[in-house]
Amino acid sequence: MSHGHGHSSHTQSHAVEIPAPQTKWIWKTFWILTAITAFEFLIAFIKGPLHLPHLLVVTVFITLTLVKAFYIVADFMHLKHESKTLIMSLALPIIFILWLIASQLNEGSYVFDAIHNFHNFLTK
Amino acid sequence: MSAAVTTHIDDSKTLWGGGVEPLKASYGKLMMWFFLLSDTFSFSGLLIAYGFIRFSNLAHDPSITGFSPDHWPIPEHVFTHIPFWHGHAPLVFVGFMTFVLIMSSVTMVLAVEAGHRMDKKAVEKWMLWTIFGGFVFLGSQAWEWSIFIAGIDGHTASLVSNPYGPPAFADLFFFITGFHGTHVTSGVILNIVIFFNVVMGLYERRGSYEMVEKVGLYWHFVDLVWVFVFTFFYLV
Repeated sequence: MSHGHGHSSHTQSHAVEIPAPQTKWIWKTFWILTAITAFEFLIAFIKGPLHLPHLLVVTVFITLTLVKAFYIVADFMHLKHESKTLIMSLALPIIFILWLIASQLNEGSYVFDAIHNFHNFLTK
Repeated sequence: MSAAVTTHIDDSKTLWGGGVEPLKASYGKLMMWFFLLSDTFSFSGLLIAYGFIRFSNLAHDPSITGFSPDHWPIPEHVFTHIPFWHGHAPLVFVGFMTFVLIMSSVTMVLAVEAGHRMDKKAVEKWMLWTIFGGFVFLGSQAWEWSIFIAGIDGHTASLVSNPYGPPAFADLFFFITGFHGTHVTSGVILNIVIFFNVVMGLYERRGSYEMVEKVGLYWHFVDLVWVFVFTFFYLV
């Protein structure tokens, strides 16, 4: 980048000094995200050999995903520094998604019974 | 404390006089946030459809070796290839893609941070790295699609049939990763446009690099979606 530096200095020579970068918090978040992803990989590889219960594995994966999502939205997208009303107006509509997940996964298993398990479906 | 109270009174005086930012965020930033909320619903719809269809199909049966057209496949059995090597490497390549997106998210925040300091050269540098990361991700996805479509022993994957499991499995792979890839593509295009404006000194003259922040929001969202796609398509 050094070839461009002299070029910009003549437009900025009279401007105020550029402050030093403050990037420590960015790299902290980066390491958190990388460590969580690495941990997810570890589980993906050991869950078979160790015969970890499927429900436990899925719960851990989903929890870690939500933790990663929190760090991306709060830190990288700066949402934790926005006004509380803005945070709430973005967070509350997620309720509709939670409802959709609950209803459609439930509905999916009914469709499963209708296709693969018709006798059970009739007696349900 | 008294300063804050004074500001508050000033705000209420000029509330209807224009120039006040509701929720203390600019119009463009607010609209980007609400667009991203609506996009969250689009991606949720696709991922929930994946859950619905997976739950209505037969689950993977460990007693069957190889793939069965009636049973939903386990992703780590499907995505086992990496470039330039013919071994068995489940999920390694998709792990690399995840790392590329996290990394390009980091370079994007670094560009935003440099913008706050009015450091034009640093914004240019980090925007370029972000664009580079976007291209690496898109190239990786193109490679992954080509391996997926090439299939197994001449049985190729399409919207009507695939060698891994029920047709819906490949359909959802194409739709979900494709919809995400389309977002990455438009993100790269937006980043290039903004990079060009940075180089031309537009935001320097304007005295604010907020446009970098707005495309940054979009770019982080693309990373955020991938975190969910990674979990629900590749891990569980």
